[in-house]
Formats: sequence, structure tokens, C-alpha cells
Amino acid sequence: MTVAQKEPIIQFTQVNKVYENGTVGLKDIDLTIYPGEFVVVIGLSGAGKSTLMRSVNRLHDITSGDIQIGGRSITQAKGKELLSMRREIGMIFQNFNLVKRATVLRNVLTGRVGYYPTWKMLLGMFSAADKQKAYESLQRVELADKVYARADELSGGQQQRVSIARALTQEPRIILADEPIASLDPQTTHRVMDDLKKINEELGITVLINLHSVELAKEYGSRIVGIRAGHKVFDGPVASADDETIAAIYSGADTEKVGA
Amino acid sequence: MEMSEHTQPRPTPPAAPQLPKKPFAWERLAVTVLMIGGLVWSGVETQVNVGQFVANFGQFTQILAEMCRPDWSYVSYVVAPLIETIKMAVIGTAIGAGIAFPYAFLVSRNVVTNRFVTGLFRFILNIIRTIPDLLLAALFVAVVGIGPVAGIITLAIFTFGMVGKLFFEAVETIDEGPIEALRAAGANQWEIVRYAVVPQVMGFFVSYTLYAFEINVRASTVLGYVGAGGIGVFLQQNLGQFRYDRVSLMVLVIFAVVLVIDYVSSKTREALL
Repeated sequence: MTVAQKEPIIQFTQVNKVYENGTVGLKDIDLTIYPGEFVVVIGLSGAGKSTLMRSVNRLHDITSGDIQIGGRSITQAKGKELLSMRREIGMIFQNFNLVKRATVLRNVLTGRVGYYPTWKMLLGMFSAADKQKAYESLQRVELADKVYARADELSGGQQQRVSIARALTQEPRIILADEPIASLDPQTTHRVMDDLKKINEELGITVLINLHSVELAKEYGSRIVGIRAGHKVFDGPVASADDETIAAIYSGADTEKVGA
Repeated sequence: MEMSEHTQPRPTPPAAPQLPKKPFAWERLAVTVLMIGGLVWSGVETQVNVGQFVANFGQFTQILAEMCRPDWSYVSYVVAPLIETIKMAVIGTAIGAGIAFPYAFLVSRNVVTNRFVTGLFRFILNIIRTIPDLLLAALFVAVVGIGPVAGIITLAIFTFGMVGKLFFEAVETIDEGPIEALRAAGANQWEIVRYAVVPQVMGFFVSYTLYAFEINVRASTVLGYVGAGGIGVFLQQNLGQFRYDRVSLMVLVIFAVVLVIDYVSSKTREALL
């Protein structure tokens, strides 16, 4: 299996993002990600990692350039097309973003919302098959016993795994994880990262994740992308990211280096 | 600080700066004078006569004495209008809250991003909230005639204003995280409201509606005064005939009912929030 022969699943072409206040979020980003990769984005706070993440599913609009998901431009997509493209991209957030007053099952089911007509959703008519799907996602993160618990009864790590289950229920091709472990303690951190790794390996879902920890990036990632002040300053397999390279991503020494 | 074995005379520390005197609060004095002045002025303007109040105190004790002997036989006459009052409150609250629910989303800036729309509908809501209920009741008595329908419309409008205002403020303070999560999952605006906003605020809505109901039961006893149905009509009649024994009975009955409803409703609200 050679990666080069596959079609890219995410492709950034000369992507720029300038915020309304003039802050540069992303600058001339070219990035190609292939199916099944586990790509870790590292960089300082405010370097543009979150912007990069959110431009993939267009929670943030980009200023210029083009982003393609599986060969279709999400930048050009409008209305329903955008919604149906988003539903193939699951997302996990630093603060879990669960409805705390709702049950775990309800939260996980919302991953299916994009697959129904609006009127059915306003009436809350989820099919039995989708409820089963939600339950299976919970089994995958080993929280099947919490299915009817209220989300706020769960610990932080459990809540994050519920949000992983929600993303899985979307049956996505890509999972974006924006600092998923930033509010967790070290033990739960590994639990959550293991779940993501398992999903990546067993289901072949492409994972694009932001991390603060270089150790975790090296432990779990297959590829590292370094972002500094909106520029991509490093892109290569984990093995090629030596201490010097990492230091450069975090410091600002101008050593643009693109690995294999 | 001092490590040496033998005691040395401590160097006298420099004198700490004295607590400065509090500056004289001219503003506070001005506000106090203004408020006392205002009180005196409004008393003069409305011709308050304390002497008259004292002079008529005998009449007051007489009424009080009569009220101490409630006419228990009147209970059977009171039950029907009391039930009508409660019905008015239930229906009025239901209609008002039912309209307030979708309306609140329309004026919440985190749901509807168009500032013109939220601004316009907020303005309408504020206008409605400024109209006193008695005025509304009098108006609807003139429009739909004497009877409970006027009372129901009045209570519905009052409930709409109150629940609408409290509820949209609750909607605006929700956690925005689930909205982002739903958007990322490909949900449209309707679905976002349904699954990210409503579950967070449903408890508030029910709570505010019950609160409005508590107020409405009390308010609807008064609305009868202007002909808007319910027990208020009887209250007015008996006061007009100086039947203080009956008035006191009605006050007692209303008191008991309001107490029960308030208790049940506040316990329910506690459980919800």
C-alpha cells in the first residue's frame, strides 16, 4: 500500500485566512492529507492550529485559496452541499461541547442529525437503527453502561469519550480533534488518545488533531505538521521531527524544513 | 530577618503612611437631599394628609372587626368563580407562554444573528411589557365584552411579555459549545436550535411559565374589578355592599389557594433547575 497512489482526503491549496481585525490566521498553507493518516498539528497558542482545524469543515471561512475534501471543494460548497460535506467530518472539542442536561444517548444521536430532513428532526424522530448505531459507538468507547446517564454526571474524560462516540455516529471519513485533551488529567488523556488511535487504525478514519504536547504527538501521530504564526513550518513523519525541528516550531528560528 | 544571636536594637521602621481621610462624598449628600426633597414635594403635590389617616383610624378598626367574622356560608358561592379564576390563569398562561417560546428564539442574538430582526422584535416585546395589566383588561373588556375572555387575553399578553423577556435572556446565556458541535455535524439552523439550544433552556422555560402562573392566579383575582371575569367580580360587588364578612372570607379562600399553588409551583421549579 503506497500512500502516494491514493487520492488525498484533505487538500489545502494556498489557503489564507485574515481575520476582520487584520490578524493573520493562516498564510499560504499547502497541505495534503491522505486517507488513514493520523496527523498531529503542533505549534504555539495562537499560531493558527485551531483556525486550520476549523477551516477544514468551514466553521471558519477562509479568505483565499481552496480546501478540498475527498476531491470536492468545501470552500465553494453552498447550503445543503456544505451540510452534507460537514456530516462526513466529525469534530471533537477541547470543552467536549456536549449538552450537559441531556442524556448521553441524546448527545451521541445528534451526530446523526445531518442525515435527516429538518421536519423529522424537529419532531425528534430518530430511527431505531440510528439509536442502535449510537449505542454501538458508545460500546466502542466503552461507555455503553452510561447510555441513559445525564452528560453532566460523567467525568471530564468520560464526557470527551462521549463526544468521540458522537463523532463516530456521524460515520465520518475524517475526525478533527481540537485540543481534545487540554482539559483532562494525564491518565484520562491516554485513554482518550488511545480511543482516537484505535478509531484511526480499526476504522481507517483519518484523524487531524491539535496537540500542545510534543511527547503525545510523537507517541500517537504518524505525521507532524508544525504551524508558526500562520505558516506551515514543518511537515513530515514523526521520525523526522527531531528535537531541533520541534524547537524551531516553538521558537521562531527560521528553518523551514519539509521532511519526506 | 535577624540572624544574630544577641539582640540588637531594631532600627525604627519608617513611619507607615497614615490612612488618608475619606474624601467627603458630595454626590451622596446631593442624592440624599434630592431624594428627601422629592419625597416632600410629591407629598405636597398629592396632598397627603397624615391627620386624616389618623382621624379615620376608627373606621379602619371597624372594618377590621367585621372582617374578623367571615361569613362561612358564602363559601358555596365563591367556589365557582374561584375555579373560573384559576381556569383563566391556566389558559392565559398557556397561550402566553406558548407564543413566548418561539418568540424568545427570534429575539436571541445567539440564535438569530440579524440585528435588525432581533432589535425590531425586542422593541415590540418591550412595548408590550410596558402596558399595565389593568389597562389591558379594561381595553379587552371594551373589545370582547365583560367576561373571562377579556381576562384570559390580558393574562396571555402579560405572560407573553414576562416569559418572553426572562426566557430569551436564558437563551442568550447558554453554553455555545453544543451549537458549534451541531454545526460541525452538518445541522442546519433549525436543527441547531432543536438539539443544541432547546435542551439547555427547557427547564428555564417551564420554570418561568410556572412563575408566571403563580403571578397570574393572583392577578386574575383583581382583573374582575374591571369586568374581566373570575372572583374579582364578586370581590368588587361585596366591597361595594360593605359586606366585609364576605370579603374576608374571599380573601381567606384566595389566600389558601394562592399559597397552595405557590408552594407546588416553587417546589416544581426547584426540582427543574
